[in-house]
Amino acid sequence: MSDHELRVAKIRNGTVIDHVSGGQALNVLSILGIDGSEGLGVSVGMNVPSDRLGHKDVVKVEDRELSQSEVDVISLIAPEATINIIRDFEVVQKNRVDRPETVVGLLSCPNRNCITNANEPVESKFQVVDDGVRCAYCGTIIRDSLADHIDPE
Amino acid sequence: MRQDHLISASQLSRADIEAVLDRAAEIDADPAAWAAAHDRAVLGLCFFEPSTRTKMSFETAIKRLGGATTDMGSVESSSVKKGESLADTVRVVEGYADALVLRHPSEGAAKMAAEFVDVPVINAGDGAGQHPSQTLLDLYTIRENVGLDDLSIGIMGDLKYGRTVHSLAEALTNFDVRQHFISPESLRLPRGVRFDLHQSGAQVREHTELDAVLPDLDVLYVTRIQRERFPDESEYEKVAGEYQIDAQTLTAASDDLAVMHPLPRVDEIDPKVDATDHATYFEQAHNGVPVRMALLDSLLEDDQ
Repeated sequence: MSDHELRVAKIRNGTVIDHVSGGQALNVLSILGIDGSEGLGVSVGMNVPSDRLGHKDVVKVEDRELSQSEVDVISLIAPEATINIIRDFEVVQKNRVDRPETVVGLLSCPNRNCITNANEPVESKFQVVDDGVRCAYCGTIIRDSLADHIDPE
Repeated sequence: MRQDHLISASQLSRADIEAVLDRAAEIDADPAAWAAAHDRAVLGLCFFEPSTRTKMSFETAIKRLGGATTDMGSVESSSVKKGESLADTVRVVEGYADALVLRHPSEGAAKMAAEFVDVPVINAGDGAGQHPSQTLLDLYTIRENVGLDDLSIGIMGDLKYGRTVHSLAEALTNFDVRQHFISPESLRLPRGVRFDLHQSGAQVREHTELDAVLPDLDVLYVTRIQRERFPDESEYEKVAGEYQIDAQTLTAASDDLAVMHPLPRVDEIDPKVDATDHATYFEQAHNGVPVRMALLDSLLEDDQ
């Protein structure tokens, strides 16, 4: 076992999100809606050396297996991420993230005049386009700093 | 039209547009034949912002089809004043009407409303978003005057917040049209609309001055630059003055140029232009009735 792998301990059961772009680990947790209050064991490694990415982040969530649709949203900020499902210390499933067609309820629209910001009973919805996402209601396009638009609720 | 609602011009194909315009021409030729076409229909009017032309022409359109309106009235006198959500308002009015016409200050309001009701929703303006029924009457007017193919159109004024502009630009991508957008730098088309035009492969050019492009145009579509879009009065006066036209401006234009405007105008078209052959904006406003009759006929027909 190499030195850098030891920085984040192995988990018995759960999900390891590997090859996350350096510095994005906390945004990954935010996207997944994990803030510690669920009582899950969560380990985060940031800017650890990586052969493929130079530096990468690693997120380990114990006792929870994340579904493909949950993790696909991560592709918006970490397109190289890999998802490992762990059972009894063994990797039983290894997947890449795919870009989803739409993202519902995760991002808030930066257009303050959008109906999704008007206290109506409607969730935000964005279509994933070539180099960003687009509000399905008002058409506003977000290209940069997607993580800044993650809805904290 | 195969649509359940009319929310955005981007949902309209060339065939959809031509079907409505052809029907409007039939109605225009013999309005009396349509006097009982929808004699049991009730149109719900939900205007959360002031309107003269759009609201009155929808009212006239449904009445000339034999139907009637039910109107929520002004925001000040309605349950909106008590804090009712738009989602609740449209679900209530749905029970009173066979179709809803909605104008609202928030972008995306009509799309959201359509998700909450089963009757057809017509977007009559959502903030700085879309105004697709205006576009249909704009296209009808263009077709009647100069035709819709092999056309050069200049669209001038507030392109950023002008919802009539956004809808018209997107609908024109269905035709062989060269679109010239003329505006101050600060009021260029928004990124979302430019994205759609780019995706559709439209022939688009952007300008800050009218002079260079005016002689090549078949249509000049003028919109109002609003005072409230500028941080101070002097900046507004300076910019707005550059995008006003008068009879002198039009001496450089082709004799056949049609000058259009969704109205109301303030001072962007000098009243002396009204007497020239270029002035097409009152004809355009009058076309609101047959085109909206055709649109209502299409949506109410599909709903039966």
